[in-house]
This record gives sequence, C-alpha cells and structure tokens, in this order.
Amino acid sequence: MTTPLLDINGISAFYGPIQALRTVSLHIDTGEIVAIIGANGAGKSTLLMSIFGHPRISGGEIRYNNVDISGTPTHRIAAMGLALVPEGRRVFPAMTVAENLLMGATPVNDRSGDADLDRVYQLFPLLKERRKQRAGTLSGGEQQMLAIGRGMMSRPTLLLLDEPSLGLAPIIVQRIFQTLRDIADSGVTICLVEQNANHALRLADRAYVLVNGDIKMTGSGSELLGNPDIRRAYLAGA
Amino acid sequence: MTSILPTNLSIRHLLLETLTAFAVAAVIFCPIVGIHLNGYDFDLGHLKLALGLALGIAITRLVLALFLNTGVGARLAQHIMDRRQAPVAVAPTTRRLWAHVFVVLVLIGAVAFPFMAKKYFITVLILALIYVLLGLGLNIVVGLAGLLDLGFVAFYAIGAYTLALGHQYLGWGFWQSLPAAAALAALFGCILGFPVLRMHGDYLAITTLGFGEIIRLVLTNWVDFTGGPNGVSAPKPTLFGIEFTRRARYGGTPFHEYFGGEYNSEALYIFTYLLLLITVCIVVYINHRLKRMPVGRAWEALREDEIACRSLGLNHVLVKLSAFTLGAGIGGVAGVFFAGYQGFVNPTSFTFFESALILAVVVLGGLGSTRGVIIAALALTILPEALRQFADFRVLAFGGAMVFMMIWRPRGIIRPVRPSFSTIEANHAG
Ligand SMILES: Nc1ncnc2c1ncn2[C@@H]1O[C@H](COP(=O)(O)OP(=O)(O)OP(=O)(O)O)[C@@H](O)[C@H]1O
Ligand SMILES: [Mg+2]
Repeated sequence: MTTPLLDINGISAFYGPIQALRTVSLHIDTGEIVAIIGANGAGKSTLLMSIFGHPRISGGEIRYNNVDISGTPTHRIAAMGLALVPEGRRVFPAMTVAENLLMGATPVNDRSGDADLDRVYQLFPLLKERRKQRAGTLSGGEQQMLAIGRGMMSRPTLLLLDEPSLGLAPIIVQRIFQTLRDIADSGVTICLVEQNANHALRLADRAYVLVNGDIKMTGSGSELLGNPDIRRAYLAGA
Repeated sequence: MTSILPTNLSIRHLLLETLTAFAVAAVIFCPIVGIHLNGYDFDLGHLKLALGLALGIAITRLVLALFLNTGVGARLAQHIMDRRQAPVAVAPTTRRLWAHVFVVLVLIGAVAFPFMAKKYFITVLILALIYVLLGLGLNIVVGLAGLLDLGFVAFYAIGAYTLALGHQYLGWGFWQSLPAAAALAALFGCILGFPVLRMHGDYLAITTLGFGEIIRLVLTNWVDFTGGPNGVSAPKPTLFGIEFTRRARYGGTPFHEYFGGEYNSEALYIFTYLLLLITVCIVVYINHRLKRMPVGRAWEALREDEIACRSLGLNHVLVKLSAFTLGAGIGGVAGVFFAGYQGFVNPTSFTFFESALILAVVVLGGLGSTRGVIIAALALTILPEALRQFADFRVLAFGGAMVFMMIWRPRGIIRPVRPSFSTIEANHAG
C-alpha cells in the first residue's frame, strides 16, 4: 500500500478547556478529492487549521509526504505544497485582486508570478476582468473565487478549502465546484470541508463525517449520499 | 453625522444644537478662562468673558448649521466628510508630470530657504524636519505595519544619547555617531520587537509605552554614566573636519578660517538644516521604495489579517521585526540630529508627551501617507511657534484638532495612496 499524501493520526486539539478534536484519524491519497462534512461547531475548521499548526495539536501526528509536520511553524507549511482557502475567504480588502493573488505567491518566491497569474485567470476569467478592483468591494462569490485563486498561486499539491460554498447562491456554488473539479483534474489533490453536504458529496471521491470533534462515518461520496442517516442529518430539504 | 448635517431644517433641532454648543463651551471655558487664582482666593471677574466666548461659539455653530443647509454648504460638507473614502487608494501606474514639477519646486524652495531666512526661522524648521524624520520612522511602524507604538521616543533618546555619550566616552564625532545611532536604535527596536510580537492593539500599546518610560528612567537615574537629569553635551555636526563654531573644538578648522571671511553664527544652522533636508529626502525615498517592495505588501497584508498571512507562508516574525527595526533606526538618526543641533541632551526631552506628539503627526497625517506625515509634522511644529502667545493652549488645541480629524477625515489629512505593488498587473492590461 502506498503512503497517503496526508496522514492524520489520532490528533486532538483544545481551545483552553474545550476539546475541539477527539483523536481524529483520516488520510488523503494523491489525486483524491476528499470531503469532510459536519454541522456547526463539529470541529471542521479546527481540523483544517490544525494542519497549519493553528491551533497546535496536543496528541497524535500529522504526516505530509511521510514527514511529521505537526511541529512545523505555520508560515513554513505553505512552502511544502499545502494551500489553505480559509473559512470566510479572508481576502485582503484594501488590496486589489491582482495584489491579493500575488500575496498567495509568497511561498514560491521565484518571481514567476506571471505564469501563475495567467493560470488563475484561466480558472476564473472574472478575476482577470476585476484585477484592479479592491478585493473588499467584490461580491461574496467573487471573493471566494479570489480566495481559491490566491491559494492556487503557490502551486499547491494539496488544496484545503474551508466551506467554499458559505453564503453563496446555488448557481455560484455550482460554478465554484465545477472549477474545483477542473483543479482536481489538473492534478491537485483536494480536501474540502463543507456543511453543504449535497454538493460536497457529489464532488468527492471519499468523505468523512465529523460529529463533535470525532469521525463518525466514512465512505465514498456516493455511499454517504445514499445513506439515510446522512440524508436526514445533512441533506434535509435537498 | 446627522447632527451636523440635518437633512431638512428643523427649528427645534437647530435651537437644541445651539444650546448644547453653548453649554459645552461654557463648561469648558468657565474654568479655563473664567476663574483666576488670586492667592488663596478665586477671582471670578473673567466669567463674563468666558460666557461671551461660549456665546460666540454657539452663534458660530448656528451660522454653520444654517450655512450647511444651503446647497453650497451641503455639497461642501459632503465633500469634506466623505467617510466612505477607501482606506487606501491605489495610485495609477502612470505618473503625472505636475507631481514631479511640484516636488522639484518644493525642493528648490527648501534649499533656498535658509539663505534668505533669519536664524530663528531656520531653527524652527530644523526642529520641524526632525519631527518629519520621527514621523516617517513611526509611520513605518504604525502607519504601514499597523503596530501601535507609544514608546517611539525611546529610539529618539537612544540616538541622541549615542551622539552625546559616544563623544564623551569614545571621542566620536557627529559622523561616527550617525550610523552607530541608527544601528543601536535599530537593535533596540529589534529587542523590543521580539517580546511584543504576539501582542495586539492595547497590549502592544501599553508595553511599548512602558519601554519608552524605562529608557527615560534609565537615562535619568544612571547618573554615573548618563549624567542623569543634568544631561550631557553633544558635539555639533562638521563637514569633512571643518567646524562651524567660532573656534575649533574637535580638532578641525573653523569654517570661516578655512574659507576666509567673517565668522557667521548662522552657518552651523544652515549646514544642519541642509544636512537634515538631505536625510529627510533619503528617508522619503526609502519609504517610497519600501512601499513597492514585497515587504511593504507584507506589512499591509499582515495589518489586515495575520492568520491568512501565515497560512500563505508569510513569516510574521520577520515582517514585524523589520518594521520595528527600520522605524527605530530612523528614530535614532533623528535623535542624533536633535542632540547635535541642541549641543546638549537631557532626559526631559524624551517624555511620553514627545511620543504622543510623534504619534499625532502620524495619525493626523493619515496613517501610511508620506506626504501627510510631512505636512502634519511641519504643521504641528511650526504652528505652535507661530502662536507662541497661546502656548498654554497647545495641548488643548491638539486635542481639539484630533477630535475634529477623527470626525471629518478619520483617515488623516491626506488619504494614503500607495503605488501598485506589481508591474505584473500592467502586463495584463490587455
Ligand atoms: N479560537 C477559539 N477559541 C475557543 N474555542 C474555539 C475557537 N475556535 C473554535 N472553537 C470551538 O471549537 C469548536 C469547533 O469549532 P470549529 O470552528 O472548528 O467548528 P466548525 O465545524 O468549523 O463549525 P462551522 O461549520 O460553524 O464553521 C466549537 O465548539 C468552537 O466553539
Ligand atoms: Mg468552520
């Protein structure tokens, strides 16, 4: 069996007395699209952020390419080929679209930003149109595209996304998920965290269900999509 | 701002506003103007004057409100109070010619000035330029990197004492001290930077405030080394060994003997002024470059969202330290000029008020705007000189100016305009 790209092994994370992750284990293989679904407060964001050392885990290990990265400083992790598209997008509002994208190129400081920009503009032609607009004045959907584009600027091997569908109209969600599919087809491994289980499970090869900081279920996307418990808990009305 | 900009004129509203203005003004002016201490008694004879002032303010308020209701006034107010102005504007990549012309004209004027002005005016401008330097230094820390530093005066003090003590103990002159002071202040900036890296907002402000006070207290109490409250004398600047004093003090030749001619007491000030002007230009240029460099972009990004930055691979430690170090170094240079110009330093020049003044320069100038900082520094040092007879009210006026600024132009006199970071964007124009 080949070693997974990212191997999370029994990690726990605390915020003061609150335990947000309870010995979570999961793995992501190269080329996969993996979804992690869960309700509000399940610990999805904590899981993604802890891969970036924020918060630091207090047990278990995180192996990326077979290297333990659980003690690596946050700012070094991006240079290892991981990119995070954080919850709520967190673009830099006062900077223009192009400047935001260039910030994303920080880990690959070989000044070939031009080609990377072109690639991102191909993924999201709209960003090219808006390249001189300040990011704070973009619509939510455009900001999400920008956040994903910014993540792609570092040419990641593994792209981690925290609720890319948050607060977006279904048509925009569809477009963004289509782009995620294109990104995956270009050879980038994707792990996305979602409450929007419907879209996420359709896109994902495999998925995990996180409940109260604990992995409660796992299976292929279509398996979970057909599971009555999942349908009741996460797909009500969908 | 509805209270200042009533949409339609309401008499009741207007009267209420006027009365409020009167009451507030009376409360402020009665104790300040109205009551005079006369031995152990109060002399209330000036109360009428105080009430008169308050009445004057109330009437002004009324007239202002009426004016703002006319079409012209409303438009003016709209223009002045446009709060929706963007935090930072991005300059168009194409430069305007007149901007260059303007800069050149200002420079010519600045160079010609000392040869035409009286000594007094030169000294005022020297002090003003020192504040420009301080403002530019603090602007890097507060304006660009967004780290609120209330103890900036510490670096100013370190620079000044480097000149004075370097001369006393090591026999250094002005020119040896200049780089040494910049380096030493930068080192202290770095030392301060480390413990405060994890702090934000209030905590950072309090810690830096404490740091400033520690430096001042050390200077005051370490009498054996620093001379304590009595201070130390500092050498004057020289030009390649040529001195500007009547008699050579540091083993050089006095200027007037070297070139022949009469001793001119203004020469030293003219020289100091020109030297400062050059230094300011260099610092402005450095500032200008920094804003375009990746580190400038990193400061701005870090100011906006630290977590996002770190996940993007930005080393926040280096980025913040670089701001502290650079700013402190510039503060140190300003300190050397201050000590050299005064010929003497003691700790009373480096109180918290000084830090507050420098911060006022940065805030009034518009956080991050180089032009704004220069204008504010000149205004805050020249105006109090021009209004010497009201010197007692200086702090009150500052306070007032701050309040008005926060209401009218919360982003400062000049809205920060920074250049576009990248030339790459231009390539994508098509
Ligand atoms: N900075 C913090 N300090 C203290 N507690 C926190 C912090 N961040 C998260 N938590 C707690 O940790 C738990 C998990 O939060 P987390 O943000 O990971 O949830 P989530 O699954 O991402 O939820 P959502 O879907 O609403 O984003 C919650 O109980 C939350 O209150
Ligand atoms: Mg979350």
